[in-house]
Amino acid sequence: MNAMTADWIEIGRVEDVPLRGARTVKTPAGDIAVFRIATGEMLAIEDRCPHRGGPLSQGIVHGDAVTCPLHNWVLSLRTGEAQGADRGCAKTIPLRIEDGRVLLAARVLAAAE
Amino acid sequence: MTEKLVVIGNGMAAGRALEHLFEEAPGRYEVTLFGAEPRVNYNRIMLSPVLAGEKAYPDILIHDEAWYRRHGVRLRAGRKIVAIDRAAKTVTASDGTETPYDRLLLATGSDPIIIPLPGHRLPGVATFRDLDDVETMLKAAESGGRAVVIGGGLLGLEAAAGLKGRGMAVTVVHLAPTLMERQLDPAAGYLLQKELEGRGIRVVTRANTKSIDGVDRAESVTLDDGTEIPADLVVMAVGIRPSTALAKAAGLAVNRGVLVDDSMRTSDPEILAVGECVEHRGQCYGLVAPLYEMAKVAAARLAGDEAAAYAGSVTSTKLKVTGIDLFSAGDFAECEGREEIVLRDASRSVYKRLVIEADRIVGAVLYGDTADGGWFFDLMREKTAIADLRETLIFGRAYAGGAPLDPMAAVAALPDSAEICGCNGVCKGTIVSAITAKGLTGLDEVRAHTKASNSCGSCTGLVERLLSATLGGAYTPKAVKPVCGCTELGHGELRRLIAAKELKTIPAVMQELEWATSCGCAKCRPALNYYLLAAWPGEYADDAQSRFVNERVHANIQKDGTYSVVPRMWGGVTSARELRAIADVVEKFAIPTVKCTGGQRIDMLGVRKEDLPAVWADLNAAGLVSGHAYGKALRTVKTCVGSDWCRFGTQDSTGLGIRLEKFMWGAWTPAKVKLAVSGCPRNCAEATCKDIGVVCVESGYEIHVGGAAGLDIKGTEVLGRVASEDEALETIVAIVQLYREQGWYLERIYKWMARVGLETIRAQALDDRAGRRALFDRFAFSQRFSQSDPWEPRARGAEAHEFRPMADLRALEAVR
Ligand code: SRM
Ligand SMILES: Cc1cc2nc3c(=O)[nH]c(=O)nc-3n(C[C@H](O)[C@H](O)[C@H](O)COP(=O)(O)OP(=O)(O)OC[C@H]3O[C@@H](n4cnc5c(N)ncnc54)[C@H](O)[C@@H]3O)c2cc1C
Ligand code: SF4
Ligand code: FES
Repeated sequence: MNAMTADWIEIGRVEDVPLRGARTVKTPAGDIAVFRIATGEMLAIEDRCPHRGGPLSQGIVHGDAVTCPLHNWVLSLRTGEAQGADRGCAKTIPLRIEDGRVLLAARVLAAAE
Repeated sequence: MTEKLVVIGNGMAAGRALEHLFEEAPGRYEVTLFGAEPRVNYNRIMLSPVLAGEKAYPDILIHDEAWYRRHGVRLRAGRKIVAIDRAAKTVTASDGTETPYDRLLLATGSDPIIIPLPGHRLPGVATFRDLDDVETMLKAAESGGRAVVIGGGLLGLEAAAGLKGRGMAVTVVHLAPTLMERQLDPAAGYLLQKELEGRGIRVVTRANTKSIDGVDRAESVTLDDGTEIPADLVVMAVGIRPSTALAKAAGLAVNRGVLVDDSMRTSDPEILAVGECVEHRGQCYGLVAPLYEMAKVAAARLAGDEAAAYAGSVTSTKLKVTGIDLFSAGDFAECEGREEIVLRDASRSVYKRLVIEADRIVGAVLYGDTADGGWFFDLMREKTAIADLRETLIFGRAYAGGAPLDPMAAVAALPDSAEICGCNGVCKGTIVSAITAKGLTGLDEVRAHTKASNSCGSCTGLVERLLSATLGGAYTPKAVKPVCGCTELGHGELRRLIAAKELKTIPAVMQELEWATSCGCAKCRPALNYYLLAAWPGEYADDAQSRFVNERVHANIQKDGTYSVVPRMWGGVTSARELRAIADVVEKFAIPTVKCTGGQRIDMLGVRKEDLPAVWADLNAAGLVSGHAYGKALRTVKTCVGSDWCRFGTQDSTGLGIRLEKFMWGAWTPAKVKLAVSGCPRNCAEATCKDIGVVCVESGYEIHVGGAAGLDIKGTEVLGRVASEDEALETIVAIVQLYREQGWYLERIYKWMARVGLETIRAQALDDRAGRRALFDRFAFSQRFSQSDPWEPRARGAEAHEFRPMADLRALEAVR
């Protein structure tokens, strides 16, 4: 057990992530992209495009979607689902904000199976 | 025996709770009311109109002395409670007196947040919360002078408008990029800022205050970037914090606010709490509507109704500045399954946005026309299904249930006196009779005969609709390919309107040009960012989040998420010192691949993102700067050895190449720009397949334009020949500037040339000497703001968030 609460793990503060931008969080199972969309809402998904693994945290954020920097797939940040004609899905990660602190579901600590 | 009720705080929530209580259970309690303010209960909301001079203190009283007497309330005004003894069930006031209670009602409201900036205690620094604050401000305003309001939220703006009305010169400094960002989206924030600026209030956004300066009293405010703003009065309106110290000291459960359950009870069942000091289901409120609902429940509970419960509130906001209509309610975040309906009417400065989820309105932002705010708010609170209203919903209640408003029908229905073109004052009747009487068939003819749509052009859509309404099927508008799904405008119109209407921010463009979405998309945002940068050098603040990642982090992303780094190698010439620095960096950071590019320089591939700033720092130390291999910008200038070494060289091609690159690097362009200079027609630098090339000949410099050797292979066309190196530089810079001003985003020079014609380019950038010079000067001016190495500040730590992960949880797993 670590110092954090069992189910959630703190990764930083809301202001750490630029508006309409993203930051990454490194975990044993790979990177997670933490987004802050234009409305201020925050969402997290794995930082791997289902197409060919592009780092989604580096894409342009618009609405609640991101355009992958490698070949322009557009993925919903809410479901991880590719939009339009493309098919594929990135895993979403539950995220909570408490008093300006950003928390991720602690299961991200489990190494990839 | 009557029970003793003690109330702490004589504000809006307490007052409302007592009103309900005396109605439901008159005489049940003997009430003692402590208020820290030395006065009766007044309407705090109305402090803004008092500041503005629209109301006076007597107008805003809620309860006068007689009211307290009538209800047997012992009012202890001007006495603050300093302690609660829950075991003894007494409260202690600031004058030392103790008062026993059976039930206690906490209603301490909140305190204004004071940022502990250097100088925050100086006289002349005020907050905006109670009547004393208003009096402080009014006193300062008597002698005119200058006021700085820190905070562009609801309170700050009401203070600013009030002080302006009292004759002060007012500046609002606000941290976020747009005003009232918590209640408004950027489009509405932009309109609000424009309106305030129109009233003479200066607004500085993205402004972080560093200090308040002055000797005996506040004299100025200094921002992070060093800007100093003179101030006789500084108003801090940066937010509020629930006032919980008393409750906390008494051992009550407190989080952000005093914790209460649905019955408004704190962790001590004898103590209830209402108002801004409480936290209910994780929520603290800063508006009166929820407090009134809480007050009702607390009163019912005190009156013995065990069923009364508070379930939280949906809130809406209005700004109380006379003449500004603004409304926002609910949640307007974009979510899966949510859709938005946006209506923009640029000519009336109207913006409306509804957020719909599962057939219900969940959020609304209205600016300029808020008549339907109440109606939308009701639909939202009552969760009314809107499917039947949907087509006309955004037009408001008046259209509800009516026929869908088809734009054609709307134009046909306009009276002949309706003004169509605001710039030239042309009304519908004039246009329609010109079309029929003169047999006009197209937009250009209407422009020529009536002047409508001839200036700013924002009425073009209306004029086209009038043409088709009048001519029917005989009229086919010119097909323009829109920039993207967010607008009907093409790139050309967009660029023209940005200049004509002096639009200087992305929200300004989206509002004035009636964007159909609230924040654009990955296609239009980078284009807008470039157009604004090109149109307003030095004025427009670049929007990093509207740039493709390569331009945002100043390196090229690779297939595995690593980056490549290409330093400039001026004209393809390098030195031992540069090569040594590159070699050292490659070894130090274990960079896997080093390659000569097709552009005569060295590429280091496979650099980890986290290492970029350190790599750049080492390269900078050796004098190497960014090569912009990632940018819609000047890339390489290839050269051959030329007259310095080559037996056929006619001119110093290497020297000219270096001169061009040193003059032009850093400039942003619609698409990438590559140059080359060859020393003779053997053309070893491949100048005739570049965007612009120079082929040196005995008699001077042949300038070539519009080549490409990528997706399309295209040889250049000859623009002309100039005699001197200076003239060659001026001409090439002029061509690039013309392209910067006319090109469409992502359109390379050869495509731009195909569109505007080689002749036009020749006339403007070569033959017209004065015009050529003016283009050159505009380029040089813009370089003052863009010719700096983007690697350098980042190597020193700027934008560290781009390069560092937010958190690293890999080590944590080990300890689990
Ligand atoms: C590194 C380099 C290949 C090499 O190893 O030599 C290269 C690499 C890339 N080229 Fe190139 N091009 C390179 C010289 C060229 C040349 C040759 C030249 O400049 O003389 C051409 C043909 C000339 C031309 O531009 O017309 C060239 C035509 C292209 C094109 C086609 C452009 C077009 O409009 O047709 C693209 C695609 C694009 O830009 O959309 C492209 C795009 C790219 C991108 C940026 C692909 C991408 O979007 O990620 C590659 C990224 C490189 C990186 O990560 O550093 N590259 N590319 C060369 C870097 C030159 C430099 O020093 O800056
Ligand atoms: C300038 C201004 C404009 C506003 N405009 C709007 C608006 O347009 N719409 C809207 O909905 N809301 C508006 N508000 C917010 C609204 O006024 C508040 O939400 C409301 O007044 C809160 O009521 P309350 O009873 O919780 O706190 P308050 O009204 O602040 O009352 C708390 C009282 O308790 C006293 N007190 C605190 N501690 C103690 C103690 N230990 N002992 C004794 N007394 C104590 C305080 O002095 C204060 O008088 C505005 C506020 C301001 C300042
Ligand atoms: S030719 Fe294609 S694969 Fe090679 S560098 Fe250019 S873009 Fe990449
Ligand atoms: S890897 Fe994301 S679009 Fe190809």
